[in-house]
Amino acid sequence: MSGQFASERWINFFTSYGNEMLQAFLRTLSISIIALVLALVLSIVFGVMSMSKNGLARAISRVYVEFFQNMPLLILVFVCYNLFPLINITLEPFAIGCIIIGLYHGAYIAEVVRSGIMSINKGQFEAAYSQGFTYLETMRYIILPQMLTIVLPPTAVQAANLVKNTSVLAMIAGHEIMYAANSYGYSTLNYGPPLVTAGILYFIICFPISTWAKKLERKRDIALEGRGGER
Amino acid sequence: MISIQGVYKNFGQTEVLKNINLEISTGEKVLIIGPSGSGKSTLIRCINGLEKVTSGKIVVNGKDVTDKKNKQHEISKEVAMVFQSFNLYPHKTVLQNLTLAPIKVLGVKKEEAERTAYEYLDRVGMREKADAYPAQLSGGQQQRVAIARALNMHPEILLFDEPTSALDPEMIREVLEVIIDLAKSNKTLVVVSHEMGFARQAADRVIFMDEGEIVAVGTPTEVFDNSTNERVLEFLSKIL
Repeated sequence: MSGQFASERWINFFTSYGNEMLQAFLRTLSISIIALVLALVLSIVFGVMSMSKNGLARAISRVYVEFFQNMPLLILVFVCYNLFPLINITLEPFAIGCIIIGLYHGAYIAEVVRSGIMSINKGQFEAAYSQGFTYLETMRYIILPQMLTIVLPPTAVQAANLVKNTSVLAMIAGHEIMYAANSYGYSTLNYGPPLVTAGILYFIICFPISTWAKKLERKRDIALEGRGGER
Repeated sequence: MISIQGVYKNFGQTEVLKNINLEISTGEKVLIIGPSGSGKSTLIRCINGLEKVTSGKIVVNGKDVTDKKNKQHEISKEVAMVFQSFNLYPHKTVLQNLTLAPIKVLGVKKEEAERTAYEYLDRVGMREKADAYPAQLSGGQQQRVAIARALNMHPEILLFDEPTSALDPEMIREVLEVIIDLAKSNKTLVVVSHEMGFARQAADRVIFMDEGEIVAVGTPTEVFDNSTNERVLEFLSKIL
């Protein structure tokens, strides 16, 4: 092989930069996990709010979802990195990544939660109210547990998207996979091996999640079939 | 004791209930019949606050159900409901269906809630299914469990919203037997149904509704055998 993928380029890359890539991989992983936990918490809070009888709660949830669904992730990251310091809020790229990506995907998963709540038979709410459960208790004990199997597959798809989206942090020196690969290429003009390696590393995280999502989906469809609709 | 005073209910432009006045005394067994769309289900759903009245007042055991300050929690101690489509919690076992609300809403201890749950499951003949999930039961069995679930809230008043309408004929009987057996207790029963079996064997009073109004009230004999009201006669000729 010659050119960008010549074998000495691979050897140089792995010997001089292998450790950095591993560190970057672990950093991508930890940003993803923290952002995902944040996204899940936010999605349940805002998803439950979106179906509340309280108009203010519904409005707040709507504004949150629309804002993050219609704003490029990169702009949000740039604003936090470049504008916030001007008003004396300085955040590490790691923190920006966790918070912004968490907020961003929280909005998407909140919509998944909302459609999950809507998929539950109205009779379940009525039975719960007639037994004296409040709205939040109804969600907690009766609705959310039932919709878990329904919302898990699309949530797993969102989790894979979230991992891939951490790559925007390369633009603010996030020291994750994409940044590490790019900066090695930039300083050595050896772009082939780091970019291919970066792609493989993202794939290693995302592929199992996507596969798991498909498996969950199949299981869910079988379960729903077994339930046979209304009995 | 249920007191319904001048109740109106609108869904948008449609008047579903028009000036309903009705007193149901403690321990009374009342059957509400009428053509579909006559407002009978809406009426009993107003009694436990599932529907909010547009105007008028409903007082249940001294508590004003129509007052927004009264929490659903308070009403559920007095009134329990059995639905047409059972509405058991599918992710919970039969036993958990019976104990969830008593423990979480009424604050009953788990052991106590389970002890009474088994008593009521015995009463509806479902004790051996205590650990089954609703999806594993037939419609009739599910409805018997739903009745036991309502009973385990220890309400003074039980509302039945067409409890046998979603059931196959052979299952109607098993559910009806449970309801008729319940009628021997001192609980107040308000049943929306077309089941003549309940009317003849257990009802103290029959209320006939049509187009959102109470058209006729009387004992089963008065309404079914001696009524001269045209609308009642027309309806009876269709269902008998």
